[in-house]
Amino acid sequence: MMSTIPVSSEVVRVGIAQGNVVRAPQRISTTGLGSCVGLVLYDEGQKLAGLVHIMLPSAPRENVTNVCKYADTGTDWLVSELTAQGVSLASIRAKMAGGAQMFAATGQASEVMRVGPRNVEAVREALARHGIPLFGSDVGGNAGRTIEFDVRTETMSVRTALSGTYCF
Amino acid sequence: MTSENSSLSEQQQDVLRELGNVGAGHAATALSVLLGQTVRMSVTAARLCEFDEISEVVGGAEVPVVGIFLQLNGGLHGSMFLLLPLSSARQLLRHLHLPVDSEEGLSDLEMSALAEVGNILSGSYLTAIAEMSSLVLQLSVPAVALDMAGAILDVGFMLSGDVADRAILINTSIWQGDRSVDGHFFMLPHPESMAPLFAALGCSL
Repeated sequence: MMSTIPVSSEVVRVGIAQGNVVRAPQRISTTGLGSCVGLVLYDEGQKLAGLVHIMLPSAPRENVTNVCKYADTGTDWLVSELTAQGVSLASIRAKMAGGAQMFAATGQASEVMRVGPRNVEAVREALARHGIPLFGSDVGGNAGRTIEFDVRTETMSVRTALSGTYCF
Repeated sequence: MTSENSSLSEQQQDVLRELGNVGAGHAATALSVLLGQTVRMSVTAARLCEFDEISEVVGGAEVPVVGIFLQLNGGLHGSMFLLLPLSSARQLLRHLHLPVDSEEGLSDLEMSALAEVGNILSGSYLTAIAEMSSLVLQLSVPAVALDMAGAILDVGFMLSGDVADRAILINTSIWQGDRSVDGHFFMLPHPESMAPLFAALGCSL
């Protein structure tokens, strides 16, 4: 979790349960999303975008060591990072990808296996709470995704292991 | 939890490494019976690592692998993965005299054969650990997927990540002959299972 804006590399990579913010022409990406969700919040005018790699739907009530890990606190963190850089809440847009169910659910394991859809639902709720419109999403299914967001074109490109690459 | 924010002690690492060696040793024996050939194993790494580091072990989060996943319950909670690079998975199927399509991906039959191999190998691994620790382990039905390593592993991080930001990784490799079939076992015990596990193995915290 870092809040400084690096200027050197073209593509800023965000690790599991982490988050970051970039300014155009930089792009921001995260790899190997399974049931995790990659949430991008961006502002068209300011050419700023932030990404969080969310693992779980909701943070425990206390002792949260890493806010970016959870859909609720991760969304809050990203909103505050963007507004701290001068973005107005009303101009924030969202796109997300991930939340797959990588393995078929069986018996006792089913609740764990369903964490992908629960992550997606938790992100939607958090966005609604902030009044942020979702401008695109590619969620669910059973395939892993690597995503990259280009702030200039506001395009999220999704790369999969077996189904190629596509954009939205 | 003790091991959540601090690193593992030398003694704890030794115990976990030994656990991985014994487990993978049994799995290697099972694979060699299955293939009718010699199977070797490499020294285990056992350490506390960042989530991102784990997929680096198999070459990065985007490398396509076949993952066989089992959830552990009972005396030890956590997850167990056997990861096979796609080329190894295909080679393994050939060794088992299954016709392998040269197309991208794997058929349902091939996936189900690999799930069964994973089940046998993980079962041997975990049986050895149960015997060594006298813990009663319950295994879920094996689940199999072919996808990016990172995407396959993240369910394991969730199982151990609700309380910690790092996972205890016990990694052992096994391979056959000229490395045409190689695989990685990843055991990710839940942090809260570490105390009973160390206690069962006679190692103080």
